[in-house]
Amino acid sequence: MSLVNLRIDRLGGLRGALEKLGAYLLFAGRLLVVSPRALLRPGLVVAQIYNAGALSLALIMFCGLFVGMVLGLQGADLLQRFGAEEALGPAAALGMLKQLGPVVAALLFAGRAGTALTSEIGLMAATDQLSAMEMMAVDPVRRVCVPRFLGALIALPLLTAIFITIGLYGSQLVGVQLLGIDTGQFWSQMRNAVELDDIAEGLVKSMFFALAIASLAVFEGFHAQPTAEGVGRATTRTVVNSSIAVLLLNYVLTAFYIQ
Amino acid sequence: MESTVPPVVAVDPALSGRSCAPVGEEVRDAIVSIEGLVYRAGRRTIFDGLNLAFRKGQVTAVMGPSGTGKTTLLKLITGQVRPDRGRVLVDGQDLGQLSREGVYTVRRRMGMLFQNGALLTDLSVFENVAFPLREHTDLPERLVRHVVLTKLHAVGLRGAASLMPAELSGGMARRVALARAIVMDPALLIYDEPFVGLDPISMGVVLRLIRQMNDALGITSIVVSHDVHEISAVADCTYLLSEGRVVASGSPDELRGSQSEVVRQFMNGMADGPVPFHFPAPDYETQLLGASFGNREAGGGKVRP
Repeated sequence: MSLVNLRIDRLGGLRGALEKLGAYLLFAGRLLVVSPRALLRPGLVVAQIYNAGALSLALIMFCGLFVGMVLGLQGADLLQRFGAEEALGPAAALGMLKQLGPVVAALLFAGRAGTALTSEIGLMAATDQLSAMEMMAVDPVRRVCVPRFLGALIALPLLTAIFITIGLYGSQLVGVQLLGIDTGQFWSQMRNAVELDDIAEGLVKSMFFALAIASLAVFEGFHAQPTAEGVGRATTRTVVNSSIAVLLLNYVLTAFYIQ
Repeated sequence: MESTVPPVVAVDPALSGRSCAPVGEEVRDAIVSIEGLVYRAGRRTIFDGLNLAFRKGQVTAVMGPSGTGKTTLLKLITGQVRPDRGRVLVDGQDLGQLSREGVYTVRRRMGMLFQNGALLTDLSVFENVAFPLREHTDLPERLVRHVVLTKLHAVGLRGAASLMPAELSGGMARRVALARAIVMDPALLIYDEPFVGLDPISMGVVLRLIRQMNDALGITSIVVSHDVHEISAVADCTYLLSEGRVVASGSPDELRGSQSEVVRQFMNGMADGPVPFHFPAPDYETQLLGASFGNREAGGGKVRP
């Protein structure tokens, strides 16, 4: 009997998960459909680019610098074992452009801006602000969710570019200034090895990550239980689901580009 | 399960000039009519065949014990939820048959004051009041400013236009929300528990505003409230709901003189009566002596801090 109950419970859980996935896909679709109209009011979107982007800038720059420095340090140590330390420039650049830059920036963005989006929208629901908009015949998805979604969508690729740039400077700082690798070799080899496609790969990845994080964060906020506990749980789900989505998408996109 | 709700108390409209719409009959001058409304939330039936009408130009109070469906009634009137059966007509339009855009069009002629004001916390007082105008009209900035300051002046808060919602007291926030609710000149103004948490002065101000707005703007007001004495001062008609039905209607004075047990319990604030003081529970003695803590059958169960 308990085995039967366990199976029914599992089936119920699976059904719940599928229902949530369906609700998310419908919501994400609605965001995409409404987005072009939201661009007619650029002021709302620009304000959200500031909230999601400019306010995450210090964190992104600080972390980018240290990720780059670690990459320089570890890369130089590894390459020295093979007598190929002059290859640090291309190694750091490709590592930052294709993997570390988009992924780490996205994970940081999910933790900083994604949670802020979820908790802000969740609290708006908990304090009846979204209901008040509904009562004023204003669609909260159009007025609240879409500008935030677009703001995050635009901000993350820009932050990723900044993260990569600062990261490369950090690699150069350690490799050239600290470990004495020739500065000319560092930059010229990087220029020779890196192609436009490598930059495009990083950019495309960060756009997909932005799409996932922004839609998940807004979805969780909009559907959060309107209580302190509910908003807290939704915020946690944003970080967890966004991180999983970023890592999963990264594998799929990497496999696509390697083919 | 057999309902224990007593029948509707008869009201003689001639007793006062403030007559309620007769329950269950067609009312010509109704702005909101509810016909045979059935609404369930999960397994619980909130309304089972509710008939109700709100007359144009009146301040109508909806009162009743907690959990009786007052807020759900407001949600049904504003189209936030749809009935399982029956009709909710606002200005003759059946909300259940309207599309999302259709409901929005009806809502543009409504204003609603939420319990906590529900001001948009990232906008100033001025921008909160201007919000519906900016969303629905293309009025020039000078005219928006003129309209907003006029509405803020009406609620006595023109001087607070530049403040943020966090800088307002509870009473001030509700007055700003009232200014926002009337900025589009609605035909129907709905108040959800407007007096909760207000000091006597703020409560008096909001009470006066409800009456003044109703008369000066020629609108209709529906007020959901528990504050029997306060609402008596401004309401033309009061409906008392219990277990999802209208158990009495009339002016507050008429309700106070009612012999109905449920009406008397509510109007006199008696702890026990048809609405029981105790939530349904197992036998007290059995629960105290007969079972260890955590035994659900004995009413224990897990308790979360």
